[in-house]
Amino acid sequence: MSRIRPLDMSRKQYQQLTDNLCKLTKRFNKHEVQCLMKVFSTLAGTFPEQRVAIGLDRNKFRNVLHTTFGMTDDMIMDRVFRAFDKDNDSYVSMREWIEGLSIFLRGTLDEKIKFCFEVFDLNGDGFISREEMFHMLKSSLIKQPTEEDPDEGVKDLVEIALKKMDYDHDNKVSYTDFEKAVKDENLLLEAFGPCLPDTKNALAFEEQAFKKSKGE
Amino acid sequence: MGVALTRAAQWTAAGIGVGKLEFTPLNVTLLNSIIKFVEYVSSKHPQEAAFVFREPLEWTSKLEISAFGSDYQISKKTVVSKENIDGSALMNFVVSTGVIKVSTFNQLAKLLEIAQKERLKETQACLEANRDPIAKILGPSFATVEGEDKSMLRLLEKVKKGDEVSQAEVQMKLFLLLQQLDMQLLNTSLQKISQEVRLNPQAIKNDMQLLQSFSGEGDRTVLKSINYTSEYEFSNGCRAPPWRQVHGDICYLIIETHDTDTLYVTCSTAGVFLNGGLIKDSEDIIYDKKGDIYKDLITFLKEKSSTFAENLTRIQQNFTLQKKAPTSRKTMKTEVPTNEELDQSEKFSDYQDKNKLERKKTPPKLKIRDTKKEEPSHMHKNLEVSHQKFSKDDKIQAKDQDPKKIKQDKEKDEIITTGKYRCMASHEKKILRAGSIGSEELSDSSSESEEEQQDMDRQQESNSDLPSEYWQIQKVVKYLKGGNQTATVIALCSMKDFNLASESCQLAIRDVGGLEVLINLLDTEETKCKVGSLKILKEISKNPQIRRCLAELGGLEIMVKILDSSNKDLKCLAAETIANIARFRRARQTVRLHGGIRRLVGLLDCVPMLSANLNAEQVKDIEVARCGALALWSCSKSKKNKTAIRRSGGIPLLACLLKSTHENMLIPVVGTLQECASESSYRLAIRTENMVKDLVRNLNSESQELQMHCARAIFKCAEDEATRNLVRAHNGLGPLVKLFSKPDNKELLAAATGAVWKCAISMENVDRFKHLKIVETLIHLLVGQPEEVLINVVGALGQCARDPFIRGAIRRSGGIDPLVNLLTGTNNALLVNVTKAVGECAVDAENMSIIESLDGVRLLWSLLKKPNPDIQASAAWAICPCIENAKEAGEMVRSFVGGLELIVNLLKSDNIEVLASVCAALAKIAMDEENLAVITDHGVVPMLSSLTYTRDDTLRQHLADAVACCCKWGNNRVAFGENGAVAPLVHYLKSKNPLVHRATAEALHQLSFDPKNCITMHENGVVKLLLNLMESTDEDLQEAAAGCISNIRRLALANEKARYK
Repeated sequence: MSRIRPLDMSRKQYQQLTDNLCKLTKRFNKHEVQCLMKVFSTLAGTFPEQRVAIGLDRNKFRNVLHTTFGMTDDMIMDRVFRAFDKDNDSYVSMREWIEGLSIFLRGTLDEKIKFCFEVFDLNGDGFISREEMFHMLKSSLIKQPTEEDPDEGVKDLVEIALKKMDYDHDNKVSYTDFEKAVKDENLLLEAFGPCLPDTKNALAFEEQAFKKSKGE
Repeated sequence: MGVALTRAAQWTAAGIGVGKLEFTPLNVTLLNSIIKFVEYVSSKHPQEAAFVFREPLEWTSKLEISAFGSDYQISKKTVVSKENIDGSALMNFVVSTGVIKVSTFNQLAKLLEIAQKERLKETQACLEANRDPIAKILGPSFATVEGEDKSMLRLLEKVKKGDEVSQAEVQMKLFLLLQQLDMQLLNTSLQKISQEVRLNPQAIKNDMQLLQSFSGEGDRTVLKSINYTSEYEFSNGCRAPPWRQVHGDICYLIIETHDTDTLYVTCSTAGVFLNGGLIKDSEDIIYDKKGDIYKDLITFLKEKSSTFAENLTRIQQNFTLQKKAPTSRKTMKTEVPTNEELDQSEKFSDYQDKNKLERKKTPPKLKIRDTKKEEPSHMHKNLEVSHQKFSKDDKIQAKDQDPKKIKQDKEKDEIITTGKYRCMASHEKKILRAGSIGSEELSDSSSESEEEQQDMDRQQESNSDLPSEYWQIQKVVKYLKGGNQTATVIALCSMKDFNLASESCQLAIRDVGGLEVLINLLDTEETKCKVGSLKILKEISKNPQIRRCLAELGGLEIMVKILDSSNKDLKCLAAETIANIARFRRARQTVRLHGGIRRLVGLLDCVPMLSANLNAEQVKDIEVARCGALALWSCSKSKKNKTAIRRSGGIPLLACLLKSTHENMLIPVVGTLQECASESSYRLAIRTENMVKDLVRNLNSESQELQMHCARAIFKCAEDEATRNLVRAHNGLGPLVKLFSKPDNKELLAAATGAVWKCAISMENVDRFKHLKIVETLIHLLVGQPEEVLINVVGALGQCARDPFIRGAIRRSGGIDPLVNLLTGTNNALLVNVTKAVGECAVDAENMSIIESLDGVRLLWSLLKKPNPDIQASAAWAICPCIENAKEAGEMVRSFVGGLELIVNLLKSDNIEVLASVCAALAKIAMDEENLAVITDHGVVPMLSSLTYTRDDTLRQHLADAVACCCKWGNNRVAFGENGAVAPLVHYLKSKNPLVHRATAEALHQLSFDPKNCITMHENGVVKLLLNLMESTDEDLQEAAAGCISNIRRLALANEKARYK
């Protein structure tokens, strides 16, 4: 146990942190929390002096999203980082890491809806507007050189999405709209870009994280 | 030992049913091992040896009664073991028939001891009668299945559960022992088999096809040409003349290689060798062997021609390269059709050439199509291509041009069929043999061809106006094609919002090429895209045309693969879509050929349905099982699929799901069972796995559809007597009759009446029906119902009318009238049942007078003119009681103009049942002397005489009856003697059927009034046989036998007297 404890914390402090984090989420058991903490420490461990105090910065976190969870869209990854970083200090702390992962890996549908909406609501005004959709779907169609207006397809796609999700016809998608649409058709959860790990990646991550330390 | 017996043991080719074990060294070894095993079990494992089999092993034994020792209670007719359980003996041997029933290994071992030298034969007889002994010993859930066998696991669970512990444990041990034996048997047989590898016609044919596709002029081909000497192929696949087949020859080949002289080759079961070549100026071959024997054609040619060997290796390399190339579906989408089309026409020209023997071959093809597996898919692709061609035409050309093209095609076809008829025939033959497609077409029950035709018709009608959705759908499909995952999901969701149930939308998706894209999406890694695509496919596949397209585009193969996925939603959707698509034959076949049945059966395996608090995962599992059952239901309409489901171990799983209480689960499960119940193996399983109880329970369900399927299942299963009794035991007869109260649902009514009909075959059930006052209801249903209901109603009445009370009840409720009216119908099945019902009713004299007044007998008589032998027989049977009970029967019969000649001429039929029934009717007719005179004039005597050589007991009985009755006119006795009827009749006395004895004795008695006949009888040893029969308790028989002997004796006395004078 002592080997995986971060160096700048006493045993007691560490225990306390673990207990606190355990209380925070019911989805992970104590062992799993410890494993995730360890993964966090390893990821953040490049600069020993910063370890727990600050956490993962944007680039490191994006790196994790890209390599471990197979995400590619820059903008979406940025938004996922913001959704993880609850206190907006530009770092994902240990606590935010555990909380975020609990939704990421084992969240209920409601939690995931909330998470996705946060990701898609680029300016954080509580609505997904036409412009935001356009922004996110910009690169989703293969551009055909023959077409006169290359953005026409994307605009059309935005209209389709809006028609599907805007129940109250105010030309933007509110949280209620989004929730209703997703409950109606689960496929719409990640309507504007993949922001959750797919089952395969999630399983691979869990296996790697939880098994590695079990072996030790 | 199941696997070893089905696979390794060499059965004679007697086909299905009771086969015979050939007497080969291999089989003898197998039998000896089994005997050793039986002895070993009874000596080393006393507990297992005492285990009572689920069903006794039953076979016909040749043991003598005297062989049984003190362990048995021996009476005159039976031998019973003293050892017994619950009063039923563990061994039961009926002396007269030789049938023996054994229920434990102990008893088996004892029997083998008794049998001594005959033990081999006894074991053989036992195994022949019990093809799958394990199923009998341990119950049908242990029946030998191919592939994965889960029975062991289920048994283990049973042991764990703790109920009937000792029982299950013994069962388990026994099962282990048996499996051990199985392994041992397989090993020995493998050793034996590996010693002798022989060629067969199929192997040679495959080699020939392969070689022919690689031969022709040019340097790179393996051979210049290779041909059979004879184009005619016998049904066993050989081409050698029959007298040479006796020597093992399969066919003769003429091979021209690049580097040797023309080779004349014999292919025989022993191998391939050079023969003497053609005799000059004739087509005959010098059959003598010249040179060594090689194990197959390829080895032979490699040895003879070096060019062959070189080119062959080169082509093999090409082949492996080729195989790797066409994997990605998306890339080859556009290029493939043209290639394929070329290939197709090329292939066709091949067939044209083939018959002319002079083959001008194109250089070797890169495409290989020899192996069995590849052939069907290849054909499939061709179909796909032709379809694509069609749909493209649809799009590009205006509608009015379309028919023209089809017409052209048709004309082309016609030219081919008329001009090259033989060539087409061989073409078809080849395709038939190439895959299992051909046999599939024959084995299917449903009226597929009509269905197909309809679809085609509709396809041509459509495409008149483009609906408004068309353009929207086109746009959405465009985004599907050219978008990343996110765009695809949005497009899929939007597509789902169209009214997918409307035909215009479904066809629009097809016409804009949406199906190809949707299927392509299934082949990706993206779960969300797959789910979305399947959700749409599931809806639109309700359209028959879409189904066909999906199958032709190869969608089924991918969906079958998806069944392996770990995502349960995906599994559900895929299974449901398969359920929709597999409504036509080729699709069902595709599912099977790609291992779909096994996977679908795998889906059925879920938690016990009855446990109360299920978690979300378990609920999902149950949903998966439901979807699996839906798909199996669709698939189970093909015969081979039924077998495949059984082989994959589907029956116990279905039995488990049948315990469910949810209608949406029960309907597909019962539907599948009902569909499969046309196979006897399923009927047996339904009985032994206690499914009858559940079927009966669900007769009381709320859902009419479920009731209908249950009734239909009972209808099919009640062919079995045991099942009929089970239905009664589970109080199923009442609910069945209750179903009659829903006269609007014709399907339900047909199923329920059918079930009643079949159940009424047992007299005990008729008794119950009598109490349920069924007759009035049934008679009510005689009017205004569709034919399928009528057939069953009348069938039920016919069976019930065997009860005298019901016969009366039918009259009292006014049922005779409508029944006789139905005699004028045209439906064959209905007529068979109606005649039977009328015949049963005619047994009652009061009924008969009504039938007479309605001129029913004339109607029956006219049915004898129908070409269908079933109707002829049934009508003739019905005529018998009519003649017996009619008031002035003789007069009535004479009044039918040409009637007597008609019935006598039916003796020329070759259907045993018809002959027996006609003989019975003739016996009744001959009671009237005038009529007897008429039928004698029509030549009844020689006709009856010519039939006497039959071996069928029913026919013998009625024939002897007819002979006895016909003797009474003129010099018919002498005529029978002259026509040689006497000697065979004497041999009837050796039959085991007492009814035959009685009729024969009477006939012989009548014949013995003619002295010449007496001499013939005496020569055939009649006296001893008759003396034996006098022991019988049947007085008529005694009297006839005595009369006959006294006639013979009197003749002898008169003879002696004459001598001494």
